[in-house]
Amino acid sequence: MVSAKQKRIVIEPVTRVEGHGKVTILMDEDNQVTQARLHIVEFRGFERFIQGRPFWEMPVTVQRLCGICPVSHHLAAAKAVDRIVGGENLTPTAEKMRRLMHYGQTLQSHALHFFHLCSPDLLFGFDADVAIRNVIGVAAKFPDLAVQGVMMRKYGQEIIKATAGKKIHGTGAIPGGINKNLSIAERDALLKDIDQMLEWARGALKVAVDYTVENLEMASAFGSFDSSHMSIVREDGALDLYNGKLRAITATGEKIFDQVDCQEYNDYIIEGVQPWSYMKFPFIKAMTMDDGWYRVGPLARINCCDFIDTPEAEAARKAFKSVTEDKPNNITLAYHWARMIEVLHSVEKIRDLLNDTDLQGDDLVVTGERRNHAVGVIEAPRGTLIHEYEVDDNDLVVMANLIVSTTHNNQAMNEAVKRVARDHISGVSEITEGLLNHVEVAIRAYDPCLSCATHAMGKMPLKVQLIDHDGNVLSEKNT
Amino acid sequence: MSKEPAKVLLVGFGNPGRLDDGLGPALAEAVEAMGLPGLTVDADYQLTVEDSAEAAKYDIVVFADADMAGPEPFSVRRIRGDDDQCMSFSSHSVRPTGVLGLAKRLFNAEPRAYLLGVRGYEFNAFGDGLSARARVNLAAATDYVRDAVRSGCFREVRAGETRAGHAGQA
Repeated sequence: MVSAKQKRIVIEPVTRVEGHGKVTILMDEDNQVTQARLHIVEFRGFERFIQGRPFWEMPVTVQRLCGICPVSHHLAAAKAVDRIVGGENLTPTAEKMRRLMHYGQTLQSHALHFFHLCSPDLLFGFDADVAIRNVIGVAAKFPDLAVQGVMMRKYGQEIIKATAGKKIHGTGAIPGGINKNLSIAERDALLKDIDQMLEWARGALKVAVDYTVENLEMASAFGSFDSSHMSIVREDGALDLYNGKLRAITATGEKIFDQVDCQEYNDYIIEGVQPWSYMKFPFIKAMTMDDGWYRVGPLARINCCDFIDTPEAEAARKAFKSVTEDKPNNITLAYHWARMIEVLHSVEKIRDLLNDTDLQGDDLVVTGERRNHAVGVIEAPRGTLIHEYEVDDNDLVVMANLIVSTTHNNQAMNEAVKRVARDHISGVSEITEGLLNHVEVAIRAYDPCLSCATHAMGKMPLKVQLIDHDGNVLSEKNT
Repeated sequence: MSKEPAKVLLVGFGNPGRLDDGLGPALAEAVEAMGLPGLTVDADYQLTVEDSAEAAKYDIVVFADADMAGPEPFSVRRIRGDDDQCMSFSSHSVRPTGVLGLAKRLFNAEPRAYLLGVRGYEFNAFGDGLSARARVNLAAATDYVRDAVRSGCFREVRAGETRAGHAGQA
């Protein structure tokens, strides 16, 4: 409860992130921050909704969770139902088609986030005039970058369409495989632009590297903190966004667990709750809720992996790790750098896959011994995505548990909000839009997807309020 | 020399998993099935920034969406690019005017554009399929698009106008 001597600042919704969230900051009479929290204001109940549905519907049904990363949910669910039909050992064509789909998704998601949501902060400054600190400002001053962001996103979407069959409710991944291969015409259309994508990916990485290196002192302190990190890695320790086993490391790089079979995630991760949030707070089971939380996503993946199996991205990873003397990088703003390494890696992978004739194969589906329980895990653009299903003998889902990337990062984002509020808002008598944007910059680094809702004309509330200790609205901004 | 026919893009957007919110994609599907010459059809959950690159290639762009409270059976209004609408708080739902704003800013293109709102009634539940009343409105909107594309003439349709008066008129 807010006491009579406290002031409450509400940022609602947090802007330039995916979905609806708000930040509340409590300040005492001396304008010192006493509490800062990120709230996810949506409640979906999707895990309950899918109970009673046939398991084979899941790869298509779960795409309705999110309009931003439907492919990630599509593939995580497909990996789970693969196991239910005993078809987890995919044919080369099926696995490579799914990987192509996934790298296309990662490319388009990361490019859009970097160029259109974050670049205004990096190019103009966190507290630059809000009139120019936006995508229109980027388009005016850096038109090439703005166009590249759009065209990389478009290219990724074209890959998704070619592999998933269509943009809405793609049906490419099916239990035990894939329902189409890549035609020569589709391949050639995508290959036509691959060199351009590679060049733009290199350029985007350079923007992120230059920004971080040139502002290293500020970036090192901004919303940063030591934390554990978690991702899947390949058996040889390589970065793998599609398949692998779980690895968690401490802030200094010691392994907490490694090569954990994703089917056993429940033995290593537990979901805590807080009374003030709909979102859960996962933490490492062997630790406590206070010290067992971790980060996922690009920063965690580059920290967790031993190497990257594409040459340009591997060179970029080495440069990234050299900043922290080969120790894990705990700089929140370094998420952008890590994200652009993954863009380069994704384009390299797409190039290699497009030149692989397995994509034109006809052996698309396998089956095996049926199971009633399965877990599918994928490294979605924003981080580790876990889908778990229990099905009955009539093929109906009786239990589902989904842990999305943003949920893994819940505590980390709250830590970032707290630190930025403490460092930039405490003691300040006049709270400006630029100062509030500092809080949002820290959240944006994680590229949270706060889940999307349905929309129709006339439905898009946008409001920022400053409220005093008596609950009076001191100022209000509609965007 | 005869004038080259206008290149028309229709983008239906909405969530088919939320009942009548799927009216936009349903309209896209219906008119695509007609195979109308000169018409390109696209559909998605929501409009996103890359739609600006596609819109920039056309003379006429029609954005088709479900309308929660507009006139029955549908409305059509002319829209123009708006920089403010490019600055959405998120990336996952750029408004049609934002798409047009980006098309102008990034690709120096200003297609003639319309927002076609098909009146829907049921939005607050999960499920595929349109309500019966929405299907009636969808049929009317489909006829409008068919006739407008064939004639090359789109015009605004506001509350109170009858369907018979829309098609084929300038």
